[in-house]
Amino acid sequence: MVADGASVMIGGFMGVGTPERIIDALVARGAKGLTIIANDTARPGVGIGKLITAGAVARVMTSHIGTNPETQKCMIAGEIAVELVPQGTLAERVRAGGCGLGGVLTRTGVGTPVEEGKRTIDIDGRTYLVEMPIEADVALIAARSADYSGNLAYALTARNFNPLMAMAATLVIAEPDEIVPVGVIPPDSVHTPGVLVDHLVSRPH
Amino acid sequence: MDPSEIIARRVARELRDGTLVNLGIGLPTLVANHVPAGLRVFFQSENGIIGFGARPPEGMEARHLTDAGGGFVSALPGAVAFDSAMSFALIRGRHLDMTVLGGLEVDGHGHLANWMVPGKLVPGMGGAMDLVSGAKRVVVAMQHAQKGKPKIVPELTLPVTSIRPVSLVVTDMAVIEPTKDGLVLRERAPGVSVDQVRAATAAALRIEGDVPEMTLAA
Repeated sequence: MVADGASVMIGGFMGVGTPERIIDALVARGAKGLTIIANDTARPGVGIGKLITAGAVARVMTSHIGTNPETQKCMIAGEIAVELVPQGTLAERVRAGGCGLGGVLTRTGVGTPVEEGKRTIDIDGRTYLVEMPIEADVALIAARSADYSGNLAYALTARNFNPLMAMAATLVIAEPDEIVPVGVIPPDSVHTPGVLVDHLVSRPH
Repeated sequence: MDPSEIIARRVARELRDGTLVNLGIGLPTLVANHVPAGLRVFFQSENGIIGFGARPPEGMEARHLTDAGGGFVSALPGAVAFDSAMSFALIRGRHLDMTVLGGLEVDGHGHLANWMVPGKLVPGMGGAMDLVSGAKRVVVAMQHAQKGKPKIVPELTLPVTSIRPVSLVVTDMAVIEPTKDGLVLRERAPGVSVDQVRAATAAALRIEGDVPEMTLAA
């Protein structure tokens, strides 16, 4: 379902809230040329770090690569194109992509290297950067619980980018810790409505 | 006293009751060890929590409960978890009372550089640009000099984090406040003279009257 060369959003923050089983499957099948949109590239051997090590990645849009020396090495060697995006801007660009908005105006990055090549708009005497929405072919989501209709609930800091990304991709694949009968997750506790989720990947018991 | 401890204990005196505070990775996290007694401070971690506490004892960690450095933390009563858009809405939307960040350089205008050294170190900005652009108060916690080389310089030599000046710079030698008229030396560390601070600072420092010795939180 995840073709070579696809753009792929992957939830998680330093590997917390990243669907490890799906990533292991991508590594096992030898995926190539992926564009990854994610908060960070974790560490070698963890989460997105496994895809970096496996040479599956051609391009990354991310806020931080400092914890993965392999990403930095590949960037310097020209093997991976890295676009660094401020974390709050990345979150809002993904959100805009999933919410049908034409972009985001933010003060973050004005007058810094992040501004290069971007438009600015002055409103009431303040300068804002115009940041464009991000969408992707596939979103790979980790959740604590899913029910059989695809409703998702996340746990603590494993939520991070997952609910935003589940809105912003054509195909949404979620890997919950557990799949429970419909009704077990109360309606008020559902973070991502199941109608947005295309497939669930269960964990082996 | 260890330079980091001086810095953390002085920054801790900037904490106010009932405020929302974000501590950056590294030295700034030490500030949480010196919260003055009687203050209730809400600590945010930008990966999506308000109200985290110390790392739990070994064997009691929760793999879904971490700080922005990926280290295990605990959740205090009243803690709240949320997604990254909410986390940065708090930061950018003027809800965050104070952020404490590390620094590579601060210049005479109060501009901070803390996210890359071109050609050497390219970790990325993470949340730093949003934090400096959006927090009500930005406190830089850093060593005054790096291997004898001043980190407080007339003009930045490294890429700027935000064009918004920071509110306060706390080092192991001094407390410095950027103002419209330049950097003002507000306090000096215990046993450090004004001349010593000047000698270790490449940017011009203004001195207004007596410069008191800093008081440290317990």
